[in-house]
Amino acid sequence: MNRTLAYRLENVAVQHGWREVLHLPTLEVFAGEILCLVGPPGSGKSTLLRLLAGLQRPSRGQVWFHGELLNYPMPITVQRTITLVFQRPLLLTGTVRSNVEYGLRIRGDAQRHQKALAILERMHLAHLADRPASAISGGEAQLVAVARALAIAPEVLLLDEPTNNLDPARVALVEEVVLADHKLRGTTVVWATHNHFQARRAGSRVALLLDGRLIETAAATDFFAMPRDARTAAFIQGQMVY
Amino acid sequence: MGMRWFFILCGILVVCSGCLNAPEKCITLATTTSTRDTGLLDELIPRFRAKTGIEVRVVAVGTGQALEIGRRGDADVLLTHDPAAEQRFLHEHQGTSRNELMTNDFVLVGPPDDPANVRAAPSGADAFRRIGQAQAVFISRADESGTHHKEKATWLAAGLEPAGDWYIRCGQGMGAVLRMADEKRGYTLADRGTFIAQRAKLNLAILHSGDPEWINRYSVIAVNPQQHPHVKDVWAAEFITYLLSSEAQQIIAEFGRSQYGEPLFRASRWPLRNGH
Amino acid sequence: MTACDPELWSIVTLTLRVTLVALVIASVLGIPLGVWLGLARFPGKRLFVALVYTGMSLPPVVVGLLVYMLLSRSGPLAFLEWLFTPQAMIVAQTVIALPLIAGLVMGAVAAVPGDLVGQIRSLGATPWQVRWAVLREARVGVLFALLVAFGRIVSEVGAAYMVGGNIQGHTRVLSTAIMMETGKGDFALALALGGWLMVLALSVNLAAMRLQGRSL
Repeated sequence: MNRTLAYRLENVAVQHGWREVLHLPTLEVFAGEILCLVGPPGSGKSTLLRLLAGLQRPSRGQVWFHGELLNYPMPITVQRTITLVFQRPLLLTGTVRSNVEYGLRIRGDAQRHQKALAILERMHLAHLADRPASAISGGEAQLVAVARALAIAPEVLLLDEPTNNLDPARVALVEEVVLADHKLRGTTVVWATHNHFQARRAGSRVALLLDGRLIETAAATDFFAMPRDARTAAFIQGQMVY
Repeated sequence: MGMRWFFILCGILVVCSGCLNAPEKCITLATTTSTRDTGLLDELIPRFRAKTGIEVRVVAVGTGQALEIGRRGDADVLLTHDPAAEQRFLHEHQGTSRNELMTNDFVLVGPPDDPANVRAAPSGADAFRRIGQAQAVFISRADESGTHHKEKATWLAAGLEPAGDWYIRCGQGMGAVLRMADEKRGYTLADRGTFIAQRAKLNLAILHSGDPEWINRYSVIAVNPQQHPHVKDVWAAEFITYLLSSEAQQIIAEFGRSQYGEPLFRASRWPLRNGH
Repeated sequence: MTACDPELWSIVTLTLRVTLVALVIASVLGIPLGVWLGLARFPGKRLFVALVYTGMSLPPVVVGLLVYMLLSRSGPLAFLEWLFTPQAMIVAQTVIALPLIAGLVMGAVAAVPGDLVGQIRSLGATPWQVRWAVLREARVGVLFALLVAFGRIVSEVGAAYMVGGNIQGHTRVLSTAIMMETGKGDFALALALGGWLMVLALSVNLAAMRLQGRSL
């Protein structure tokens, strides 16, 4: 595995009012890996992803990206290498095609039509290209959101439980497309999921978050085969109630 | 996309606003509403423009506001009807000349059945006294206009301080006050011109007139260019000369005769008298 | 003047011109201000927002008086010689419309979900691209703001009368003509003019609805 660091977080905390929703003494994300974040709802996965995406300023601590200390808001050149897919599709007003083209259009990409169409075809959405985004189903919209993120060919792809409300065939499609992109371009992926089978299938490493704290980080096989922490064991054996 | 159309529209409109420019020669006349509302200025101004090419822009407001506009230098000529206030204006060196243009008179109007019996009053002050004693409804302009000042002077002469439910301070123009008097079956003091012009729509009658104190003098004032360098004093002087000319004076003297059966104003310099 | 003759036509076109030019200027200033206020966070924002909301209920006569004093020959902007001209009316109506547009656009922009703003940023939008995209998402609210502002200034009479002077053929607009004819007691003509004002407002609203239908 390539051991170059994409992210390094030191003593990072995020506070909402008086409540500390995230507290990470240290976290490393390697370039070109797929790091799966697991943990119950409210454990801080979304906050961590927003932090990595540059949308959430840390209350304290430092975030390094490729060895450079990050300032928030991120410089646009850095921002444009990272993209986050939210739990909800959050499509813009306009057609499906214009949504998938959006990231390319604001970058002034002349080939945006071909690129968008290619990704739409790969996700079996080409027939919806000219439909208004408001007129497609929730599952289709979620796929469009993933396609929109992949269209800009990000260096870092952050996924916040994008397959939550999808049927199994579409879950498989998203996993297939993301893994293929990762394989082809060496994309760094941080993938939050509440489904630890998905983490086992997709992740090169898995990290468990509980109450905003990192409990255990390990290679995917080790994480599930021989958890070091009792809470990890409880989580993967389904004994943790959430 | 809607936004694009919106901005195209913006562009067109901003270009269009260029068409709003003013013509070369024009002066601003601040006047009382009565001269405009009766239609007199519509007779005089087009003829003046045809003669001289000068456009006159009429801003019709109360006499108080007209003098204030003049004081700030925002008009070139004033046409007002409050001699005392006009004298003050001249004493402040705000005006260079004041010429009496025309007169009409104030009349006491009220319901034709005349509940306070003012028809029998020997003078205007006595008529007001009767209204006050009968506590009959009286509508006051209460707007510091020339008419309002004359009304206050008459109450003073009557020795009465009008107050009570019967005395309504309206705060509006002559037309609105006449209609309120009609609705409330009350009395009011009006200038004859405005009353005659609106008489057809009102169930009011002239109940007292002819008091020598009730003369309504309209004067034309040139705003002082020394106070306000922007004032177009040459064109303003041309306009004043025209208003005082026998042609304009004749129009004033005849104005309203065909429409209302009697003239609304008495021209101050027509028919020509000795000394003018 | 009768209910339809050339003088009426000049009043209607002037009304439309003055109102729309004021609306355009107020939009060019007010929409960006509203978007900025809807998105930005800075100390003192609440005070600023309170000021904008207060401006939304500023009495037009007060605006008229202030603009009068500014443009008067005794005022600081006397050199423009704009008093009693359509330009003065445009200035006054712009001042009336500006806080209205800024405030309503701010509300529309603030109603765009925060996650959607984050999503737009995360797709690589620069701050200006974020503002533009959010404005597009809020455009029904923006259109509504423009219609409210149009309705307010097209029917506004106090400031228009004060700074325009209601000069025949020059600064007489529908609202001031209605007031004048009412004052003269010619209710029939005043009502007819009121009808024209409604026709004007209706056509602008219909045009706006077409625009909205096309872009939704």
